[in-house]
Amino acid sequence: MENTTEFKNIKGWAQDADPINDPTYPMKHKTDEEHKGYTWERPPQQQPTVEILQSNERPNLTAVFGTSTPPSGLSGRIRRYAFQYSEGSYGHWLPLILADRVNMVEGIIDDLKRGHIPNIFAERGWNAEWKYNRQGLIKKVVITTVATAAIFALLKARKK
Amino acid sequence: MLAMNYRGPFRVRVDQKPYPEILHPNDAIVRVTRSCICGSDLHLYHGLVPDTRVGMTFGHEFIGVVEEVGPSVQKLKVGDNVMVPFNIACGQCAFCKQELYGNCHESNSQATAVGGIFGYSHTAGGYDGGQAEYVRVPYADVGPTVIPADMDPDDAVLLTDVVPTGYQAAEMGGIQPGDTVVIFGAGPIGIMAAKCSWLFGAKRVIVIDHIDYRLEFVKNYANAEVYNFKSLEDPVLFLKKATDWLGADVCIDAVGCEAAGSAMQTITGRKTLMQAGSATALHWAINSVKKGGIVSIVGVYGPTGNLIPIGNVVNKGITIRANQASVKRLLPRLIEHVQQGRLSPKDIITHRVPLEEISDAYHIFSRKLDNCIKPVLIPPSARV
Repeated sequence: MENTTEFKNIKGWAQDADPINDPTYPMKHKTDEEHKGYTWERPPQQQPTVEILQSNERPNLTAVFGTSTPPSGLSGRIRRYAFQYSEGSYGHWLPLILADRVNMVEGIIDDLKRGHIPNIFAERGWNAEWKYNRQGLIKKVVITTVATAAIFALLKARKK
Repeated sequence: MLAMNYRGPFRVRVDQKPYPEILHPNDAIVRVTRSCICGSDLHLYHGLVPDTRVGMTFGHEFIGVVEEVGPSVQKLKVGDNVMVPFNIACGQCAFCKQELYGNCHESNSQATAVGGIFGYSHTAGGYDGGQAEYVRVPYADVGPTVIPADMDPDDAVLLTDVVPTGYQAAEMGGIQPGDTVVIFGAGPIGIMAAKCSWLFGAKRVIVIDHIDYRLEFVKNYANAEVYNFKSLEDPVLFLKKATDWLGADVCIDAVGCEAAGSAMQTITGRKTLMQAGSATALHWAINSVKKGGIVSIVGVYGPTGNLIPIGNVVNKGITIRANQASVKRLLPRLIEHVQQGRLSPKDIITHRVPLEEISDAYHIFSRKLDNCIKPVLIPPSARV
């Protein structure tokens, strides 16, 4: 229920107010603006040309927004689901993390569909690893190879 | 045009992408002449920020030349050399009007918890960033600032994020003359926070990290006392002893969600994503600051939640202050500091890399190879 008491009539109201005691200063130059609510004159609205997912904690699209990589495919469906939940909910963030991982696989499939075989070694910057940390790279490759071989040998032995 | 293309955790490349378009009357298109890889870009690169989509172009620290302006742009003209703050801010909302340009309410439809940021996932608005030849810059009359004619472009590009963030870290600490300031993290932001702490009158500046070459750098660049936490059994206990058993007046978390130093935090925060990154540095900051002290946070954390000793915050009466840097608010003062020689940002640049070699640049920065502190990417047109 809304409290309709005129707050300025409350006995003692603002008697100890100290504008200098403002731990947000100098980050925030307080004005009365913040007490007026969502009433400011908004910049002109950018027209959406792609699908923009919108936080359910706001009533509208912001006046401008990014148009990079609109949601698509299975990851897009997961993202749309996530945006049914507020930013304070794990129901929002955990599906987004899942969508990011699904999107990674979709990216590889898209590359292959376009006839581009991704050079994962180059994309991961292993040229630099070879240049600046050759010993470490060789060690990593040897350990990975030995571990993989050991797992295969173990699996083969179990099958027998 | 050439642009960075994110392909998934630890995988990026440069591809041809369409030239950006003017999508709003107050947009500008900027031809990038320098862009940086930020330590916070590594959180995206490592797959720690939710809603980081494959195909996006990162990059929120860049400068360039205005190529095109929308019909309502009045303060910029084609050919201007501009530095572009990493925050996308409208200048009209209640938050921008109070100079909280990092908290604009008209630049990020996807989340209310953060304003729009160039090239920083859809959680920060879904804008392609400046690790490209060209970039769309919204609210061109608000953020972009013409670079003074006498300013080195390498200094200018660092004024778009690193310097303001380091400066605001110190500013939020409310440092008073005579204070002891402890900074966790000797990356570019920690280095700059250490340098800026002196501007506010610190008596003693201590930096804690585990990378020796970075500690050596900050010791020389920012006259800081430095300690490698790997050589300290308990960093909090060490700091208590080093501050007459009371703790530091101000502690700054300049690490964020990929802190090393605690196996439990690393496993739950970085490996299994059960929390929004590992909060080790913040843990140490809260426990190392004196009663009634101030903890300033500029390290980046994810949006979910973190394990921190909030009970100690209450019982010690600590004030926590945190925000994304309000670059536009700080630029006039910081430009003056650079012009007067009090700050020399470009000295932290260790790698100047062609944009086409971005995969190697990310890997070098991420793995801290070749004594890397700050890599700058240079597009082909800026090399001519």
